[in-house]
Amino acid sequence: MSDTTNTQTAKRSTGGFDIARLLLEGRAFFALIVIIAVFSYMSPNYFTTSNFLIMSSHVAIYGLLAIGMLLVILNGGIDLSVGSILALAGVSAGAMMQGIELQALGVILYPPVWAVVVLTCVLGAFVGAVNGVLISIFKVPAFVATLGVMYVARGVALLMTNGLTYNNLAGKAEFGNTGFNWLGFSRIAGIPISVLVLAAAAIIAGLMLSRSAFGRWLYASGGNERAAELSGVPTRRVKIAVYTLSGILSAIAGLVLASQLTSAGPTAGQTYELTAIAAVVIGGAALTGGRGTVRGTMLGAFVIGFLSDGLVIIGVSSYWQTVFTGAVIVLAVLMNSLQYGRGGRKV
Amino acid sequence: MSPQTPVPDTKPNPEQVVLAARSVAKSYGNVHALKGVNFDIHQGQVTTLFGENGAGKSTLMKVLSGVIQPTSGEIILDGQPVVFGNAAGARDHGISIIHQELSLAPNLSVRDNIFMGRELHGTAGVDFAEEERQTRKLMEELEEDIDPLTPVEDLRLGQQQIVEIARALSVNSRILIMDEPTSALSASEVEVLFKVIRDLTARGVSIVYISHHLEEALTITDHAVVLRDGNMTAYAPRAEIDLEWIVRNMVGENYDLGSPPGGYEMGEVALSIRNLSVPDASGVDLVRDLSLDVRAGEIVCVYGLMGAGRTELLEAVAGRLAKTGGEIVLEGREVSHLSIGERIARGLALVPEDRQRDGLVQTMSVGQNLSLASIRDFTKGLFTQHRAEKKLIQDSIREVTVKTDGGDASIGSLSGGNQQKVVIGKILATRPRVIMLDEPSRGIDIGAKAEVFRLLAEGAKQGLAVLYSTSEVGECLSIAHRIIVMHKGRVSAVFDSNASKEQIMAASGEAEAA
Repeated sequence: MSDTTNTQTAKRSTGGFDIARLLLEGRAFFALIVIIAVFSYMSPNYFTTSNFLIMSSHVAIYGLLAIGMLLVILNGGIDLSVGSILALAGVSAGAMMQGIELQALGVILYPPVWAVVVLTCVLGAFVGAVNGVLISIFKVPAFVATLGVMYVARGVALLMTNGLTYNNLAGKAEFGNTGFNWLGFSRIAGIPISVLVLAAAAIIAGLMLSRSAFGRWLYASGGNERAAELSGVPTRRVKIAVYTLSGILSAIAGLVLASQLTSAGPTAGQTYELTAIAAVVIGGAALTGGRGTVRGTMLGAFVIGFLSDGLVIIGVSSYWQTVFTGAVIVLAVLMNSLQYGRGGRKV
Repeated sequence: MSPQTPVPDTKPNPEQVVLAARSVAKSYGNVHALKGVNFDIHQGQVTTLFGENGAGKSTLMKVLSGVIQPTSGEIILDGQPVVFGNAAGARDHGISIIHQELSLAPNLSVRDNIFMGRELHGTAGVDFAEEERQTRKLMEELEEDIDPLTPVEDLRLGQQQIVEIARALSVNSRILIMDEPTSALSASEVEVLFKVIRDLTARGVSIVYISHHLEEALTITDHAVVLRDGNMTAYAPRAEIDLEWIVRNMVGENYDLGSPPGGYEMGEVALSIRNLSVPDASGVDLVRDLSLDVRAGEIVCVYGLMGAGRTELLEAVAGRLAKTGGEIVLEGREVSHLSIGERIARGLALVPEDRQRDGLVQTMSVGQNLSLASIRDFTKGLFTQHRAEKKLIQDSIREVTVKTDGGDASIGSLSGGNQQKVVIGKILATRPRVIMLDEPSRGIDIGAKAEVFRLLAEGAKQGLAVLYSTSEVGECLSIAHRIIVMHKGRVSAVFDSNASKEQIMAASGEAEAA
């Protein structure tokens, strides 16, 4: 009948072999290969296992933030507060490692490291939930709400330490709170813990997005919130959950960073939110929501991380690094508009 | 095919034919949207283009207005072949197109919209006074009492359409293409529009008119052209044709939308609405103290004009809008306190009016859209079951006969009618007890409409209660067991399926509005 003409124009998402399309869809992957090839050629130290592991442990920080950011962006929002939550989490963990003084009881509590980690994640979840409630219940635009929370969280982190940095996170054996550095320095089977944490987060997020009902709700409400709502999707709860998860992931990133640096400062993680957004965009997600994958975002994070570390290794000025990163982001967005701009239009 | 298919002359007579397309073809890859179409626009007359969705109407209009370039064939303006580089090129030749979706800036005034992009410059910047004077003159010509300084968002949709027309006239268009101009207008606004069209043709403006509303188009047109699958299948002046001729040429066979399904017993009352009131943002009631019942197996039509409160009624029952008073009882149980999702789980679901805005998730595939409302049915523990979902999708595609490459196709690749079937299929997949449909036939062709009716009739026979909202009387009569007429938020009359069109329209306040 009349519909045949339109059906034939359907872009086939499966099958077919088209090199240009493959290059476009796998662009982050190919970019990563090119980056590795070029730097391996320019520096003999680049293509070594130890260097890859070091670079990967750097990527872990951005990667964790980027997974949270991906969830938020899939939902059609943005989270500018991740860098500040990261700092707040680090400083809070640092404060807890110094001991919590309960003046009324006249005692100082030294919580074990696992308790510090859990409490810090709860803090991240709380700040993220504040974002979610502001956006979903009070209808504050995501950009503005998370911008506000970004300032508040950073301010609280500065207040907690008076602007100073906790340099001693090692804990003391007699208090039973040693082991904080485990996150940043230990390895299992030669792989840094931070990289394993990132891998675990990526696998859990990937499964959640592709296999769980929540993942489907997230894609649907990001693609068209009104349609999702009328299909019975609890769009408000999804939104709050998404920002909460982003907060938790930021807190984990904060713990990992503090552990790697063996210090927790209130100015850590400035502009990391932008790096996380860049990773998500390079990974092919649409800023308008509803499109994107964990795999792409991970590739995006590795592209940014391996590029900037590579530039350091071959001795390029950090000013140039900024220029290169910017160029990669613009190129990625350009390709996004190529990919989505001509998508499935009707004749 | 019909015996009388006079083909337009190969050489159009420039005395009568102002713009003509000859053997125009347009291909996208190996998809042929237009396959060598001849089309004449007559000087100072209305030419209507009929055809189902996907027949190539929009493509032809885009070619004529310079938005896209034909793959082959030529455009002849006043007897001379022309090539329009783009839409602005066509506009310079006096050809304007008014799209179905209006292209006005709602925050700007009528005056600013009319002169958008070609502001009149005086000695001190934009000459607002002169713009306002010209706008006022245009509104007088169109006999519309619209102040030039009113923001467009404060106008009714029909008035916004008038503003679009005024904008086209202000650039001295001599050819005006109107794509579905009446789809959002009430009957009285359609009358105003038709009067404007007659005035325009009297002044020598040529009109191309596209509409799914066949009867309406027949009252205004001078020539009819029918497209099917990218070919021109028929062409005739108004005097030689009737409704049946158009339908036959559009679909190739005679379609009858039929009469309400019968031959079975109706069940208990499935949905009972008691004294429902629904306010708008400012607290004025859009639905006032309204009560109605729908029995299992019954199809109830809610007929009314735009703004009668039909959409608000259905959205409040579905749980989208808050109510200020009244009860919504589903199979004996009050559901007002439940969320949309919980109501769907209980078997009460809505097919919304605007499928692009409220029905579909454009970023997801056909299959994911179909399964969206029933995710819990194929989720075990934490994860969705891929095989169960696939089965649900395939069953849905078969049941509502969506024409698609499969569940993985992008939703944008479907025609309007098939997209609508996906929205209906999504709701049917939740196995509802009561289904509400808000203007489901809007913007879909007659073949797809017949299939939607078949689905509803089959559902009703199996005990589904159907609440169907529409602004087309003909639809009520061919599907509904009972017709409830809404006027200004209240039930103004109830008819059975033997009522006449005139009775129903009179009760809707249509006569009063005109």
